[in-house]
Amino acid sequence: MAGLAASFGSGAMTNSINEISDAACIFAIGTNTTANHPIIGRQVTRAVQKGAKLIVVDPRRIPLCRMADIWLRLRPGTDMALLNGIMRVIIEENLMDTSFIEERCEDYDAFEASIMENDLATAEKITGVPAQDIARAARMFGSYIPATILYTLGITEHSHGTDNVRALANLALLTGNIGTPSTGVNPLRGQNNVQGACDMGALPNVYTGYQKVENEKVRRKFEKAWNCKLSPSNGLTLTEMFEAAHDGKIKAFYLKGEDPVVTDADTTFIEKAISHLELFVVQDIFLTETARLADVVLPAASFAEKDGTFTNTERRVQRVRKAIEPKGNSRPDWMIICDIAKSMGAKGFDFGSPQKVFEEMRGLTPIYGGITYERIEKSGLQWPCPDHEHPGTPYLYSKRFSTPSGRAKFAPISYRPPAETTSHEYPFILITRRCAFHYHAVMTHKAEGFDELREEEHVEIHPADAATLEIQDGEVIKVTSRRGSIKAKTKITEIVPAGVVCMTFNFAETRTNILTSRALDPIAKTPEFKVCAVKIEREESAYLIKDYMRWGTGKHKS
Amino acid sequence: MIRVSSVSLNINGITVRADEGATILTAAQDAGIYIPTLCYCPDVSSIGVCRLCLVRIKGQRRLEPACRTPVEEGIVVVTDDPEIERLRRVILELILSDHDFNCLLCPKSGQCRLQELVNRIGLNEHRFNRLEHVAKDLPIDTSNPFFDFNPNKCVQCTICVRTCHEIVGNDAIDMAYRSYDLRVSTFANKLLKDSACVSCGECMERCPVGALVPKKTEYPTREVKTTCSYCGVGCGLYLGVRGNTIVKARGDDESPVNKGNLCVRGRFGYNFVNSPDRLSLPLMRAYDEYAQPSSVVKVTEEGRPVTLPLVKREGKFVEINWDQAIKYVASSLAHYKGDEIAAISSARCTNEENYLFQKFTRAVLKTNNIDHCARL
Repeated sequence: MAGLAASFGSGAMTNSINEISDAACIFAIGTNTTANHPIIGRQVTRAVQKGAKLIVVDPRRIPLCRMADIWLRLRPGTDMALLNGIMRVIIEENLMDTSFIEERCEDYDAFEASIMENDLATAEKITGVPAQDIARAARMFGSYIPATILYTLGITEHSHGTDNVRALANLALLTGNIGTPSTGVNPLRGQNNVQGACDMGALPNVYTGYQKVENEKVRRKFEKAWNCKLSPSNGLTLTEMFEAAHDGKIKAFYLKGEDPVVTDADTTFIEKAISHLELFVVQDIFLTETARLADVVLPAASFAEKDGTFTNTERRVQRVRKAIEPKGNSRPDWMIICDIAKSMGAKGFDFGSPQKVFEEMRGLTPIYGGITYERIEKSGLQWPCPDHEHPGTPYLYSKRFSTPSGRAKFAPISYRPPAETTSHEYPFILITRRCAFHYHAVMTHKAEGFDELREEEHVEIHPADAATLEIQDGEVIKVTSRRGSIKAKTKITEIVPAGVVCMTFNFAETRTNILTSRALDPIAKTPEFKVCAVKIEREESAYLIKDYMRWGTGKHKS
Repeated sequence: MIRVSSVSLNINGITVRADEGATILTAAQDAGIYIPTLCYCPDVSSIGVCRLCLVRIKGQRRLEPACRTPVEEGIVVVTDDPEIERLRRVILELILSDHDFNCLLCPKSGQCRLQELVNRIGLNEHRFNRLEHVAKDLPIDTSNPFFDFNPNKCVQCTICVRTCHEIVGNDAIDMAYRSYDLRVSTFANKLLKDSACVSCGECMERCPVGALVPKKTEYPTREVKTTCSYCGVGCGLYLGVRGNTIVKARGDDESPVNKGNLCVRGRFGYNFVNSPDRLSLPLMRAYDEYAQPSSVVKVTEEGRPVTLPLVKREGKFVEINWDQAIKYVASSLAHYKGDEIAAISSARCTNEENYLFQKFTRAVLKTNNIDHCARL
């Protein structure tokens, strides 16, 4: 998100989900859309059926490749080199939108100079994608309008994720594909309310609606509204928090609704950091792997047991309604937080309902100003929606960008290799992903049926590599990175290219993130989940992983 | 907006206006005129294989399928006359002749399009009894955890195949074999579980008969409109509730996001809410469990236990009541100042809860150390 904010002024999907099916060209990079965002995957399908061109960029042969016009199978972590190659062709063959660049962008010349530094042959050498395919993709993207860019964590979960995003922004600006329907740079967000959590200021540097903590005027406004003094300096990001906890600088943690032990990179480190804490409070609906380490666990209500709003990936604020009473003695999170605050003697936490909370929030948040429960009763509104008459905004930047100058910024960016590279000892690249039938670590395992579809973890490995290592399909192997090792069954498949293995992190029994690296993107502080060097070894005493550490799912078999 | 010009036509003596490009079927339906259909589904393209919607257009020799015939200015359409009625009855009898119609045991009974058609069109009982009834007796595919496929009840309308191709884009199923053996099949006739099927259940939702039915058929007593809690797409959802349990989820047709569509997680994944593993009471670690068995309550009321750093995270969880838990957390947090505390919010919670949590962190705990998993 930091990347998009730097280029355009704010970080969010620029266009709407429904517009995707009307695009003439779709550039899907680092997104297994049909598995992870199936409903958006169907929009892509519809677009292709209507004649749109589809360019897929992914090291794995994902289902989207089947209907793609061009599939660029790049080496993991080399997106930037590929994108710069594409942009070079667009500039060389004059496929860019010159008038758009002149009227609405700035810093173009430095960008063009940086693109011209590397030629296609270099791009081919780095990415492993033939130069003529790069050129073909560039011509296709440059000549079909409107063209839209879709991406997810395949782009951001790198030590250079912000650069990747800015390169995509460059590509959209270069071809004028922004500010009109069916165009834009569209991060498809993973969690149901990750957009909302950002909008609400659950971030160390901004209050609600991306109002900066360091801005004194903004801080005054919040101090007045909340009737207290506020800290003027930015807080720590999630990854920095764990480091601070590890070093003993942070002593108490209050965590709600997350499971970092399973989902965050480098599990061993996270666990160690948690063990250094003096107080660890977890609020969740299940006793997750993280909650097991807590001092106090507060049982929260699920989405079906409370009222409120979620904001989806296209910035649409929608209602969540209470369908059933909270299970057992669990309570909605908002009630728990208010009770703790009141117990600590704080004023301003007397809310009778989530609607009252929303009213207070929208009074302080210009982009949500015109959104009320009454207006979103039927179908939701897309921010920015500053006042009651405003119809919501299906696509951003139709007139000006949210940067101070109103113009979008080109960024000269060059390729940096992934922080972790393969070596003689660790010859394989591990990429992590989610599987289509599971969602993160807990929810789907607790719902009946999903474990039947995909019961356990397996490591995808190319037939050639399997042959070299003399590994059989279904055999239990040991995967070791510089940080740790885990065991899992293999699945021999051509979905992954040779030299690359792939695992999900959906299974608490097989903690894939023991392997992953904490190397951070310098700006967004996102860890490099997608590239990690590993070695593969045959496991002599092959036993079934199924029976190994089964306790995480409540299906213990002794 | 493109202006769609309208045409006027005559159906059964009634003048009807319809948009250009509409079919006779939709024009008739909009005017409240019933035309029987089996293979027609408004969500996918029409192919006119069931032949039940045949209508007569004056001046044309052949009968035309209403679902595929576009309206034209001034045409005169008859939707039922003795010949059409007779044809429909024969078609229906032929469809039923190899149908496994043990309706009382069928989960679709009461909502089955075939039953409805038999009621509407009527059968010639004498002739139907003379038809040789050849039940197919094919194996039922129960491999999918959420729905079953019973090919013996299939009427080959191909709605499921068109749904999988046009809506889902997955092409997991298609028509295979010929003639009497024609049936819906996965690639190489594998079980659904072993096929390319993504278990989204869109085909099951649209199957007009009892061929694709959910494993669980508990009817909800009321429905609540809400938003799906899995991914960031935010599909509109109706949760079907019975008692205090969610028994069904279906897509919200009016939602601009998903227009009634759902994926496997949205349609079948609601059950985590009902999981027996859900936490009920607050849990607290009892550190001095063995030394002082009764210390738990005492410790919680006073705030942080004194022995904490030594025996940390070695005790067992004990359940405590909410008052104790709130008091304990509040008094323990009060021991720390500003930047000694960090708060991690959740991208799974509502906006209101995230707002409150960051307000709590900033205004009460006095720190900007708040984040959530957005960067992960």
